[in-house]
Amino acid sequence: MAAPNSKVNLPRCPTGIEGLDNILDGGIPRGCTVLLTGSCGTGKTTLGLEYLVRGALAGEKSMFLSVTEASERIIENLSTFEFFDKKIIDEGRLVFIDIPILYEKLGLTKQELTPEDIDLLIGAIVDLASTLKIQRLVLDSVTSVCFRIRHEEKIRDFILKLGKSLSDIVCTTLLVSEIGPQADRYSLYGVEENIADGVILLGNMQRHGDLLRTLQIIKVRGAQHSRAQYVIEITPLGIFLAPFLKGGGRESTNNG
Amino acid sequence: MGEEATSAQLTEGLRSMPSGSAVLVRMHSASYTDSYFATLSSVLREYVMEVRGYTVYVSVTNPASLLIDILGSVDIPTSNVSFVDVTSYMMVGKGNRSSNTTYVESPTMLETIMLRVEYLLRRNTSEKKIVVIDSVSSLAIHNNNRILQEFLHILVNKLKSLGAVTVILTVIEETAPELSNVLSLICDANITLQVEAPK
Repeated sequence: MAAPNSKVNLPRCPTGIEGLDNILDGGIPRGCTVLLTGSCGTGKTTLGLEYLVRGALAGEKSMFLSVTEASERIIENLSTFEFFDKKIIDEGRLVFIDIPILYEKLGLTKQELTPEDIDLLIGAIVDLASTLKIQRLVLDSVTSVCFRIRHEEKIRDFILKLGKSLSDIVCTTLLVSEIGPQADRYSLYGVEENIADGVILLGNMQRHGDLLRTLQIIKVRGAQHSRAQYVIEITPLGIFLAPFLKGGGRESTNNG
Repeated sequence: MGEEATSAQLTEGLRSMPSGSAVLVRMHSASYTDSYFATLSSVLREYVMEVRGYTVYVSVTNPASLLIDILGSVDIPTSNVSFVDVTSYMMVGKGNRSSNTTYVESPTMLETIMLRVEYLLRRNTSEKKIVVIDSVSSLAIHNNNRILQEFLHILVNKLKSLGAVTVILTVIEETAPELSNVLSLICDANITLQVEAPK
C-alpha cells in the first residue's frame, strides 16, 4: 500500500537559499512548476535569479526567460551580488533569453496570441530547455505572457502544457507572477495558482510604520513545507530569512 | 539575581565562555555610566585584543559613531568590529557613515536586526565570534515585552547555532520581570556588574 503522501519522497531541487530550503523541507520537488508571486519590490526576480545562479554554481544548467527587462540589465544587477560569478554565463551554465526576441523569431507579432501561437511558444521554450539540457528555469513574468493570451481557458491551457512539458524533461520551473499590493488572489488571472504545483508568496507587510518584506509558502505538492510567515532581507550574500515575530501584531497587510 | 562580578571578573568569565554560549550582563541604574563603560571596555578589549575574534556590536543605546570614538580614546581598535546601528539611520548622511557600520532604520525592525547580524557573521571567517546586544533596556523603549521576548529567544538560539558568543546588556531597574525571566532562561551565565570603589 502506498504511503498517505508518497510524493513527499520525491527528489528535491535545492534552491540554494538556505533558509528557504529549510522551510521547503530540502527544496522544490524536481520537475515541479512553482508560482513565485507578489507585488512590486517584494524580491521575486532576485529570488528567481539566486535560485538559478546557485543551481548553475552547483553544476545544474539554468535558464532565465525575461519578458520585460533586457538581459544585459539583469546581468548588470546580478553582478552586485557576491554569490554571482560571471563564469557561469561564459560557460553556458546560466542562459538568458529575451522573450520579445523569441516572439519576433517565431513571428508572433499579433497582440493577442492564438492557440497555435501558444503551442509554438511552448514548443520553442521546451525545445530550448531540452536542447540545452536545462534543469532549472525561471519565466519572469508569466503574467506578461498571459497578458497576450487574455482568456482564462487559454491561460490554463498554456500553463498546464508548459508545466507538463518541462516536468517531462525534469526541469524545475519558477513562474514569476505579478499581483497588485492588495490582491486577494495569487495571480492576476486567478487560474495560475490552481494549475501550478506550488505557490510561494512574497509580500510587503506594514507593521507600526515599518515596511517588511515577507515570504510564505502557500502550497508545494509533494513537500511537507512550512506554512508560517517569514521576513526576508536581500543582502549581497543572497536572501536571508527570519521568522516573523508574532508578538507585534499587524497593522495592515499587502499580500503578506 | 545572578552572580555579582567586577569588570575584571567579567573579562575573566568571558574568557572561559565556550562558543555558542550567551551571557547576560546586568547593570544597576545608579551606577549605570561607570558600569556601561567598564562593560564596553572589558568585553571589547577581551575579544578584539586578546581573543582576536570578530565582534558584531548591536548599538541601540548609543550611535555607533560615539562608540567608535570612545573605543578609539581607550586604544581599542575597531577594525574587526562591525556595528549594527539601530538609532541613527535618519540622522547620519551617506557621506558620514563609517564603513564598518550598517544601519537599521528603526529599533522596532527586530527581524531586520536579526538578519543583519546573521549576514555579518556569515561573511566573516573568524573562528571566534561575539555578538553584543546593547541593550535590552533600550530595545524595550520601542517594543512591547511580548515581541522582545520572542526576538531574544529566536536571536540567541540562532547565534548559538552559528557558534557565536552572545553578550546581552540590560539595566536591572529598566527590565520588566517577564523579560528578566526569559533572559535567565536563554542565557548560560548571568552576571550583575559591580562597579569597583575608587582606590
